[in-house]
Amino acid sequence: MIAGLFKFNGGVKPDTHKNESAQTPIRTAPMPARLFVPLRQSARTTARCIVQPGQKVLKGERIGVPDEFLGTAIHAPTSGTVIGVELHTMAHASGLGTRCVIIEADGEDRWIDHHGFDKVDATREDKLAWLRDCGVVGLGGATFPSHIKAGRGTGIDTLVLNGAECEPWITCDDRLMREQPADILAGALILQELVGATRIVVGIEDNKPEAIEAMRAAVKDTDGDITVTAIPSIYPAGGEKQLIRVLTGIEIPHGKLGADFGVQCFNVGTARAVYRAMAFGEPLISRVVTLTGNVEQPGNVDALIGTPVTDLIAQARPKADTNRTLLGGPMMGFELPAQDVPLGKGINCLIACSPSLFPPPPPEMNCIRCGACARACPADLQPFELYWFSRAKNFGKAQEYHLFDCIECGCCAYVCPSHIRLVDYYRFSKSEIWAREREKAAADAARDRFEFRNERQEREKREKAERLAAKAAATKAKLAEEAKAKEGESGADTGAKAGEDDAKAALIKAALERAKQQKAQVQAKNTDNLPPGVEAQIAEAEARRQAELAPEVPAQDTPPDAPEKQ
Amino acid sequence: MFTSPFVRKPASVQQVMFTVLVALVPGVAIYVSQFGPGIVVNLLIASLAAIAAEALVLWLRKKPVGLYVTDLSAVVTAWLIALAFPPIIPAWILILATVLAVVAVKHLYGGLGQNPFNPAMAAYCLMIVAYPSAMSQWPPAGWMDLATHWQHIVGGNMDAITGATPLDAMRTGVRGNATVHDVLQGNAFGVLGGAGWEYIGLGYLVGGLFMWWRKTITWHLPVAFLAGMAAISGLFWLIDSTRYASPLFHLASGGALLAAFFIVTDPVSGASTPRGKLIFAAGIGVIAYFIRTFGAYPDGIAFAVLLMNICVPLIDMKTQPAVFGHKGSNGGAS
Ligand code: SF4
Ligand code: SF4
Repeated sequence: MIAGLFKFNGGVKPDTHKNESAQTPIRTAPMPARLFVPLRQSARTTARCIVQPGQKVLKGERIGVPDEFLGTAIHAPTSGTVIGVELHTMAHASGLGTRCVIIEADGEDRWIDHHGFDKVDATREDKLAWLRDCGVVGLGGATFPSHIKAGRGTGIDTLVLNGAECEPWITCDDRLMREQPADILAGALILQELVGATRIVVGIEDNKPEAIEAMRAAVKDTDGDITVTAIPSIYPAGGEKQLIRVLTGIEIPHGKLGADFGVQCFNVGTARAVYRAMAFGEPLISRVVTLTGNVEQPGNVDALIGTPVTDLIAQARPKADTNRTLLGGPMMGFELPAQDVPLGKGINCLIACSPSLFPPPPPEMNCIRCGACARACPADLQPFELYWFSRAKNFGKAQEYHLFDCIECGCCAYVCPSHIRLVDYYRFSKSEIWAREREKAAADAARDRFEFRNERQEREKREKAERLAAKAAATKAKLAEEAKAKEGESGADTGAKAGEDDAKAALIKAALERAKQQKAQVQAKNTDNLPPGVEAQIAEAEARRQAELAPEVPAQDTPPDAPEKQ
Repeated sequence: MFTSPFVRKPASVQQVMFTVLVALVPGVAIYVSQFGPGIVVNLLIASLAAIAAEALVLWLRKKPVGLYVTDLSAVVTAWLIALAFPPIIPAWILILATVLAVVAVKHLYGGLGQNPFNPAMAAYCLMIVAYPSAMSQWPPAGWMDLATHWQHIVGGNMDAITGATPLDAMRTGVRGNATVHDVLQGNAFGVLGGAGWEYIGLGYLVGGLFMWWRKTITWHLPVAFLAGMAAISGLFWLIDSTRYASPLFHLASGGALLAAFFIVTDPVSGASTPRGKLIFAAGIGVIAYFIRTFGAYPDGIAFAVLLMNICVPLIDMKTQPAVFGHKGSNGGAS
């Protein structure tokens, strides 16, 4: 049992604006005419598409198979026809595209045959594979594959269920806990068994009394060791590491996982998805999204993955002065790069903005070192020092002051009386450092390749010379034998020896000469008497060839340690 | 396109500075009740000089004049100077000090937030070195009407009315082999420290608590400063209480309480980490005591502040708090 609560330092208390959307039950979003199902739905990998344009699919049919270690399957959210597999802008701050399977719904919404997981004497691995094949990922925002998290099986004693939902405006987990607490707990029990935990602790911010009540009531119907704990409403209490700290007292350092300390943490929505997958074989094809902000009808909808967010936000009827849409909460979310992006598994909230609701930031002033940011930082950093080093492009110092422990929660920028957009400076520094590291890695790789080539050439030359020398020595020995046979015995030794050396030298020289000539031939470009234009063309082609040989820069678009968003 | 966070606490530098000004009001009110309304005139003169200097420099530096002048930081500097200086200081010295503080100490280092030295204290030191006699003319306790005050600050010649300040009297008295007890019989002394000044100090204390409640300051700086001064004066007092005044006398005299809540708490030039603040402020308390007791100047706080300002980068660097997850609270797991 949990004796008491622990606290993390810092944190802020922004206006929550949760009442707007928390009042009404979850509705089912209407089926859009077309769904754009992104093939990239789990952390950092894209599923391999297994459908072709023209193909008919059923609801829940697999359209993408897991690729690589971190992959999970992707499914058709409804029945219909695949009309294309194309690049489409994604709900990502970068506005980059990803491949999407475009499905035209036939309106029948016909399920594929599905059934719960019921293999007798199935192993734990089978269950994990089932989750992967049902496309279950973390619904808290980071979309980390659940089967991998649940697969970290040894040494875990506590399963933390994250119902904190600390970002302002967002209420999808709140509603889910109020309406389907039994499903959530059933999922939690499955996860508990998978990770081998002995207890389950549910953390819910105390500004959600109804959710706490509902979950507590549901706990009575289970016989697991489940505690529902009300935690103080302080942003970012729903950050995974902050929540673990509050509930267990353990501080997970940067670069470590909860599992390293015997704790595994899942979002409540994820637990429900796990239950649906195991009990009914339902893949993850929909999720609850909060629609709120500058709208007439805020609330939560259960929407199919792949629904265009324009359709969703239209559901809530945005007011006339709406000028942009935020994705996620106002503390860590981002402005949608385009309106026609599809709903992905990690999207928990869409907020319509108006200039009066989210006014542009006041002008930045100088830092007065008031320390408000440091007092607000849940990672116990000194944000103004980081700001100063970032501004001065002193990235080494920024790293020394633990830049990479920053979870970009935005508390510092929230409190700063000088209105400094602190997090932007950290993002800038981090991306610069990553860029430099990529460059360095590329340069190292190129140098290695170059050195390897040099070495290989050296070795080949050496081996050739050795071979020739050996051959020469053999010939000479033969010659010497013959000479010895012809000549008398006296002086033969020295003469033979001298002759041997001479012959050897001559042969080596000849061999080298040949090699040199060969090399000259290979290198000769026959371009000596060509007109200048052609020469330029050849040079260009040569340069292109060299460029192609040049090292490929490894692509990286996700920070190595993206924080679990809430 | 903007980036997160999209919401902000309705806080501003202006509000921070305004809170400081409001917090000074109780002290100022008591000041007026003890010494007459003259101090308000000084506050006004200094404020106007500071705003004018600030606006001019901002304009010359092509900075947004309106934005920075309205942040009130120059006014805070002006008030601290006016309150730290003798009330009958000639107006031109007050103006000179304020302008120097704003132009040289603040803007030559880059403006708001960039100055390594506390502007008010730097100005105080410059003035006491340049005009030592004017800077040590303190009126005795008692109401002075506006007209008289005005004559003093524009006309000079204040010798006729000034007496020794308590700290000065104590220092010279004890050096002249009087005991602390004898010196305290003099008419410059009130219940605890200088007559009248103890009450003003109480006003600053009230303001300080107000700022603490508003979270404009943390407890570290005032507490460490007062504790540092109390500890070192207590030590000497225990050694020989006939030659060294009690800690209470030191805390109630001179600018100790003004400094505790309004001067060592200047965020820009002070240490910023929790442990750093303790070291920084305690250092000021100890150094100030030594200058007061053994040095050439009657009140050493200003010099102590500047000395510790120099140490701030080192202090901050050496006292970085442990980062989340690096505290060893996991049984040595991190
Ligand atoms: S809150 Fe803003 S002004 Fe205050 S120290 Fe931090 S960065 Fe500087
Ligand atoms: S954004 Fe980073 S530096 Fe700022 S409060 Fe959050 S963790 Fe601390």
